[in-house]
Amino acid sequence: MNYTDFLNPQVTQVPPSGIRRFFDLASTMKDTISLGVGEPDFVTPYTIRDAAVNAILDGGTQYTANRGLLELRREIALYLSSRFGTEYNPDTEILVTIGASEAIDATMRVLICPGDEVLIPDPSYVSYSPSVRFAYGVPVPVVTREENGFRLMPEDVEKAITPRTKLILLPYPNNPTGGIMEKEDLLKIADIVRRHDLMVISDEIYAELTYGGKTHVSFASLPGMWERTMTINGFSKAFAMTGWRVGYVCGPAEIISEINKIHQYGILCASRMSQEAAVAALKEGREKNYADVRHMRDSYDRRRRLLVEGFRNMGLSCFEPLGAFYVFPSIRVSGLDSEMFCQRLLMEQHIATVPGTAFGVSGEGFIRCSYATALEKLSKALQGMERFLWSLPEHAEEH
Amino acid sequence: MTQLEEQILDLLHEDCRIPLEKIAVMTGTTLSEVAEAIEGMEKRRIILRYSPTINWDRTDRERVEAMIEVRVMPQRDKGFDAVASRIYRFDEVKSVYLMSGAYDLLVLVEAPTLKNLAYFVSQKLSTLEMVTGTATSFVLKRYKEDGVIFEETEKDARLVVSP
Repeated sequence: MNYTDFLNPQVTQVPPSGIRRFFDLASTMKDTISLGVGEPDFVTPYTIRDAAVNAILDGGTQYTANRGLLELRREIALYLSSRFGTEYNPDTEILVTIGASEAIDATMRVLICPGDEVLIPDPSYVSYSPSVRFAYGVPVPVVTREENGFRLMPEDVEKAITPRTKLILLPYPNNPTGGIMEKEDLLKIADIVRRHDLMVISDEIYAELTYGGKTHVSFASLPGMWERTMTINGFSKAFAMTGWRVGYVCGPAEIISEINKIHQYGILCASRMSQEAAVAALKEGREKNYADVRHMRDSYDRRRRLLVEGFRNMGLSCFEPLGAFYVFPSIRVSGLDSEMFCQRLLMEQHIATVPGTAFGVSGEGFIRCSYATALEKLSKALQGMERFLWSLPEHAEEH
Repeated sequence: MTQLEEQILDLLHEDCRIPLEKIAVMTGTTLSEVAEAIEGMEKRRIILRYSPTINWDRTDRERVEAMIEVRVMPQRDKGFDAVASRIYRFDEVKSVYLMSGAYDLLVLVEAPTLKNLAYFVSQKLSTLEMVTGTATSFVLKRYKEDGVIFEETEKDARLVVSP
C-alpha cells in the first residue's frame, strides 16, 4: 500500500534527527568511549530515588491534577523565585509537563499560527525547529558564531525579523555550544522584543550549569519581560533526572491555561511517581542549599577545563563554554567536514561524538563533545582524538 | 582553607595518583600553585597519606578484623586522650574513635588470624589498667568504605549517543 497520500507532509518533510544515524552506528561497536551523550553521567541522587520508591509504596499511584501536584508547583515557584528571582503563581502560572520537551511542543502549538515565524539560534538543540514545523510555523535560523561565544547577537536578530515574526526561542545555556547569554546580552534582545512586539520561549533547562563565576540570568527577570516570556525548565539536567521525564512551563495565566488544554487532552498529567521524586528533589535541594547540584556543577567544571585545554593543546580552536556540559571545538584544521570527522573518529578510534551539523547548518566545522563522562574516559578520548588528528594527511603536512 | 585547597582535596580523595598537571588544568591554576597548596596541606597535616582503597577480601591475604567497644576510666587532667594513645600505639589497632553513648572508645583492630586477634584483646587491650570492659564484634563482610562500594561495578546505562 502506498501511504504517501495518507501522510501529513508537514510531518514527512521534517527529516529524522541527525543524531539517530550516529546512535545506530555507535551502538554496533564495542568499547566505544562516548562523548556523544546529552545527559548527566550522575545517577539521580539516592535520596530522590528513595523518596520516589516510598511514594509508590505509600500508594501514590493515581492521576494528579492536570497542571501537576500542587505541592510540586509550590516547590517550583519557591525554587524559581530563590534561584532566579522570577515569581510565578503555583495555581495559575505553572504547568508540570513530561520533560521540558512536552513543554516546548505544547507552548509552540499554543502560540504559533500557520505561517508564523520563530527565530531560533543556530546551532541549537534538535527539537526546536521540528516542533515549530509540526505547529505549522516557520523556523528561521539565526546564525550564532564562535567569535561571539555563540551568543545571539542583536544585529542578527534584527536582520531576521519580518512582519510574520512572532517568537524568539532562547535556548541558553546552549546545547550544543555551551554558550551563555549574560544580562547585557539579554537586555539587547529584550529591547528588540519590546520594539517588535514579540514573545520569547526561554528554554532554561541548563540554568544550574554555568561556570567561570557566571550565574544564569532568567529572561523573565528582566524589566518588562515577564509578560512576554514563557520560561521552560525541568529536572533532567540540574538534578540528573533525565529518565523521570519531568519538566515545566511558566508564564502568564492566560497562556498557561491554553497550554493546559493541549496537555489535559493529550497527556492528562505527568507521571505521579516522577512528580513525587521532583518534589523530593526540590525540598531536599532547598534544605541542603542545593549541595548536590553544586557538587555536580563543580565536577563538570573540572572536566570542562580538562577537555578545553586538551582540544587546544592538539591545535583545535575551542571557544571556552560557560554553560551546560558540552564543548564545541572547531575541527576545520582536519580538512574534514563534521559528519566525516565524527564518523571516522568513531570507526578508527572508537570515540563517539556528534557532528555540529546535527544541530543546524551553522554547526558545520564543529563537533559536540559532552564532558558528562568519567574523568579517565575523557583522558582516553583526548588521547584517541589526538592520534586521529595526527593520522590525517592535513596534519602530517603541517608538521 | 582556600577554594583551591578544597578542590584539590576532592580530586586527590577520588584519585590520589592524579597528575598535578591535570589538577592545575582542572582548577584553572598553575602547576606551582597546586604544588604549593598540596605542600601546605601536608605541612598542616590536612593530607596525611596517599592511600588507595583496597578490597582485601579479593586478595590472598588472611586477615581478621574486629570492632571493639571499649569502656575506660578517664584520667584526671588528660581525659580520654592518654588512654586512647596507650591503645592506638599498638600495630594491630587500625582506628580509634572517642564515642558518645554506652561505651567510650571504638577500636578497629586487624590481625592475620583469629588467634592473634584473641591474644591481642585478652592479653594487651583488656589488661590495660584504665580499661574497665570490652565488647568485641567481628567484621564478617565489608560492603562500603570511605564512599566506595566494594562489589558493585558502576554501569553506564545511558544511550551511547543522545541529543
